Amino acid sequence: MENETVTSLLPLWACLSSLLAIPAIAVFGREPALRELSTFVAGFTKLACVLLMLPVILDGKTIELTLADGVAGVNVPIAFRVDGLGMLFALVASSLWILTSLYAIGYMRGLKEHGQTRFFAFFALSLSATLGVAFSANLLTLYLFYEMLSLSTWPLVTHHQDREARGGGRTYLTHLLGTSIGFAIPAILFTYVKSGGDLSFAGDAILSETDLGFWPGVFLLMAFAFGFSKAGLMPFHSWLPGAMVAPTPVSALLHAVAVVKVGVFCVIRVVVDVFGVDLLAKIGSAIVLSWVAAFTVVVSSLIAMSQDNLKRRLAFSTIGQLSYIVLGVSLLSSHAVSGSMMHIAMHAFGKITLFFCAGAIFVACGKKYISQLDGLGRRMPFTFGAFAIGAMSVTGLPPTGGLLSKFYLVWGAAEAHEFALLGVYLVSSVLNGVYFFPIVYRAFFLSPDPSVEPGSGIREAPLACVLPLTVTAAGSVLLFFFPGLLLELAALMSGG
Amino acid sequence: MIDQLPAIIVLAPLIGAMITGLAGPGDHRVCFPVVLCSLSIALVAAIAAAVQVFTTGTIDYFVGGWEEPLGIGIHLRIDALNAFLLVVIGIVALLVSFFSFRRVGDRNTEKTPHFYVLFQLLCLGVFGITIAGDAFNLFVLVEVSSLTSYALIAMGSSRRGSHAAFNYLLMGTTGASFYLLGVGYLYLKTGTLNMQGIHEVLANNTTVAQSPAVTIAFIFILVGIWIKMAFFPLYGWLPNAYSYAPSSSACLLAPLMTKVSVYVMIRAMLGVFGAEWVFVHLGWSRLVVLLAVVAILAGSLLALQQREIKKMLCYLIVAEVGYMVGGAWLADENHWGLTGALYHILADAMMTLCLFVAAGIFSKRLGATRIDQLEGFFRHTPLTAAGFTVGALAMIGVPPTCGFFSKFYLIRGGIESGHWEFVIALLLSSIVNAILFFRIFEIGFFGKSPPEGHGQHSSFPAPKSELAHATGTTLLPLVVSAILVVLLGVFNGQVVSLIRIAFENLPAVTSGLP
Amino acid sequence: MSEFIENQISPYFNFWIYVILMMIGLWAVIAKRNLIKKLIGLSIFQTAIILFYVSIGVKEGATIPILDHHGPAHHEETEEKADHGKPAPGHVAQNGAHHEHGETHDDPHHGGKHHAIDPDTMANPLPHVLMLTAIVVGVSTLGVALAISQMIYKEFGTLEEDEILEKLKTEPLHD
Repeated sequence: MENETVTSLLPLWACLSSLLAIPAIAVFGREPALRELSTFVAGFTKLACVLLMLPVILDGKTIELTLADGVAGVNVPIAFRVDGLGMLFALVASSLWILTSLYAIGYMRGLKEHGQTRFFAFFALSLSATLGVAFSANLLTLYLFYEMLSLSTWPLVTHHQDREARGGGRTYLTHLLGTSIGFAIPAILFTYVKSGGDLSFAGDAILSETDLGFWPGVFLLMAFAFGFSKAGLMPFHSWLPGAMVAPTPVSALLHAVAVVKVGVFCVIRVVVDVFGVDLLAKIGSAIVLSWVAAFTVVVSSLIAMSQDNLKRRLAFSTIGQLSYIVLGVSLLSSHAVSGSMMHIAMHAFGKITLFFCAGAIFVACGKKYISQLDGLGRRMPFTFGAFAIGAMSVTGLPPTGGLLSKFYLVWGAAEAHEFALLGVYLVSSVLNGVYFFPIVYRAFFLSPDPSVEPGSGIREAPLACVLPLTVTAAGSVLLFFFPGLLLELAALMSGG
Repeated sequence: MIDQLPAIIVLAPLIGAMITGLAGPGDHRVCFPVVLCSLSIALVAAIAAAVQVFTTGTIDYFVGGWEEPLGIGIHLRIDALNAFLLVVIGIVALLVSFFSFRRVGDRNTEKTPHFYVLFQLLCLGVFGITIAGDAFNLFVLVEVSSLTSYALIAMGSSRRGSHAAFNYLLMGTTGASFYLLGVGYLYLKTGTLNMQGIHEVLANNTTVAQSPAVTIAFIFILVGIWIKMAFFPLYGWLPNAYSYAPSSSACLLAPLMTKVSVYVMIRAMLGVFGAEWVFVHLGWSRLVVLLAVVAILAGSLLALQQREIKKMLCYLIVAEVGYMVGGAWLADENHWGLTGALYHILADAMMTLCLFVAAGIFSKRLGATRIDQLEGFFRHTPLTAAGFTVGALAMIGVPPTCGFFSKFYLIRGGIESGHWEFVIALLLSSIVNAILFFRIFEIGFFGKSPPEGHGQHSSFPAPKSELAHATGTTLLPLVVSAILVVLLGVFNGQVVSLIRIAFENLPAVTSGLP
Repeated sequence: MSEFIENQISPYFNFWIYVILMMIGLWAVIAKRNLIKKLIGLSIFQTAIILFYVSIGVKEGATIPILDHHGPAHHEETEEKADHGKPAPGHVAQNGAHHEHGETHDDPHHGGKHHAIDPDTMANPLPHVLMLTAIVVGVSTLGVALAISQMIYKEFGTLEEDEILEKLKTEPLHD
């Protein structure tokens, strides 16, 4: 599938726009208004660059740009290559960053948090890394930006600088770095050697010409899948609940959208562009990945049901949803692969809504636990309304976008004749409902805790918090009705 | 002028030292400008020489025009192997002179001229070692740099410093004497002291090359150099010597001395004995790489146990020396091990400078010599902390710092030569470094015992001295070295392709491992 | 046994002597506790090496390498100089290589007339020259070492290694 390629600096600008904002953020540290403005300017610039590239991609072409020669003697440059998958991810990440920045302003100011300059600076850095991953042209570039993301998110995760944060930060970093150095690097080295020096995503899949057997394929595939542990496959998922010590805007964007999606993005890349769907279908190694993902889906849903801390419940839900995507891609059928790509977007909008709501609840009434949420729906109707919509999207109910992606995933499972795995999807959807809807029910239909101030009327979180969550909730619904763009981008990758 | 470049590089610090020695005791303010001048001249000459080497070719220079056999032939030679190292030495020396400016002045103005005389003599010695083309003068210059370093270490007000310097003296002189002995044996057998001359004899005359005397010579030379570079297990002098030396001395010695010794080893291996002799005839590749692996692991693990900042950095130097020695002895076909070792010499010099300068600033500004005294340093000394972070990331091997690329080349060499133990040791050491430095980051970020609960922000105890006093001259070396650490990494492709010119004519010898 | 002495020791006696001296010196450096004694051991060690170098430059029946002016001019000197550049590994005997040096520049006092030079009759000055340098280095090292010892004595009041270590143990690590 040879596409016409276009060379353009746009991917570089998209990636750099937030990087360049960092000095501005640092300089304007004492002027919150200007500082926040820098973040927004960067965000809109980033989105604009991404949008400018969209027509080219939709035309079936790819955009390429070589940045540097990388390492001497190794024919792998540091380069960008924008295709359908990268574009999809970049759109999701950049658009949601703008909303999250608005939300973060409201949240941080509402709680009078310290170190806001540092926060926004590292946020911007993490977004650069995210787009870097989205636009990577080869495994080396991908790995470099992947690690940059791990490191740049650590100060965000440990923002509160207390004992909890330290422990959470340690778990975060040791898990992410340990798996990437221990699994991903050997996998990349092996691929390099096996493919005779090719690590590029362009053209045919890297290993498609090789004679990989079943078991070597299994080991290599699982090394990649566990190495890119941001995808949350069990048993290397613990970093995600550990990272919930972060302030909610961090959890929202990074762990519902950017960091975790980087993980599954990498896994999709591995399946589609490193192994190639055809090779995997031939040697059948992907079945192991499917079952690991299926296991993760079920177990995480069960654990989610037992969590009382709202953010932890959401974290385990995310782990499950991520494995939806991994499972979908490992099924190898075209609808499953499309479904997983769509789910990147659908889950992003749904989950970010849920996290925004969790944060809004904390800002407005300081509550973190689900058992404390009784009756709050009447005080915060917008928030809990959005929460309900987000829950519906993640569960896969109409009229939210989540239904569409799940539909494709289920269809894909049927296509691949994996009916057991199809069953896993259905069962887990039920479980999703089981752990989400009680929250909505309690909020709206139970009477409030006596400890809550008796006061009627609506007492929402600050507008800066409520506005984004309404927008993302609306987005989830809109994506149900207007999924065209996503479908097109997905088709570019899987159908082609 | 251009022809005299090698001499200028060596003479500038010498003349500077003499001027400082004569005029300094009269007026201390003369010292620093003189030092600045002499080192700048040396640096410019080094850069010019490097440019010339990479455009026209090797520079061979005989002092006084006295070539062999007319005179003893003091041969100065700049080729692809040492061109970059000369530049790096110049940069390090210049930066440390900035770092030392206020500090030596603060402490004890009486000793200022003495310090700077020794400083420049040390630079002379180190430049000389790098540029020497014959074996005996190498010995002389090694001793020049060693003697000045003993004195620089003992100069501080720390009691432990003089004792550490004494031990260093004993071990260092023993090492240099071994080297001299080895050169003696070589002279015995080949009749010349010129490195190229010896190389030619050994290459052309197999009876001489196979004789046990030459092997003994190599062993003596190797052990002598190993003592100088603190290769495990001969590293005992290093931790004490560099930890208890005054900060300015440590910042000059740590990045330079061991690295230059590694260069000497590589020069001896390639330029004197020849790759074939070393790897095929002697065939010690396996043994030495194993020793290097032990060095890496021991250095890393010992560093983990340290509670003092500088001691920890010293043990990391021991590990880094293991990297370089292992890399040089890998004997892989495409010479990536040697490339990695040479590149790492440059990279490690920069990283070590960065970290030691940061440690020096911590000890002066925060009064912090132990790791747990570094509480909250991100807030108290943000710029220093940032520089320290860059150095730390380079040690761990995070791209795009130079540390990542040198590890990459070394690993590549290890894979191609079949020395998997070396590869594993490198990766393990990365992980240990990560643990080490993140422990420091945590203490800096969270404080020793962060408060419980959400949202309780710890208030760090106030630093001992005011941040306002962090002067430009102490921060400048830190900032510049941090930037160079990154630049060296980003442009590693160019640097490495130039370095590899030195290996163009090397035979593709292997260690025989699959 | 006497064969052993004849074949292995007496032809190489200089090597044996220097090895023994070296070992004595090294032992002193390591085993002695007094700092000055360590230094003496170091000196012995360095002296052994110097002895070794000098001994390999010995030639039987050779004279000092200084030109005798009263002889016919010899223009082939300049060509000989070119030949002298290459060492003669074939002539390697245990007493050292013959590194040919010749006085080659015209000395105006003698009007360009020089005696014919036969390098075989001249002692090799090179090892001596080198060892002068090495001796100087050794002396400087001794000087620095003694200065440091003086410092140590001033600070610790003793020159015995074990006492110094005792005092260090009880002390804080940094000033």
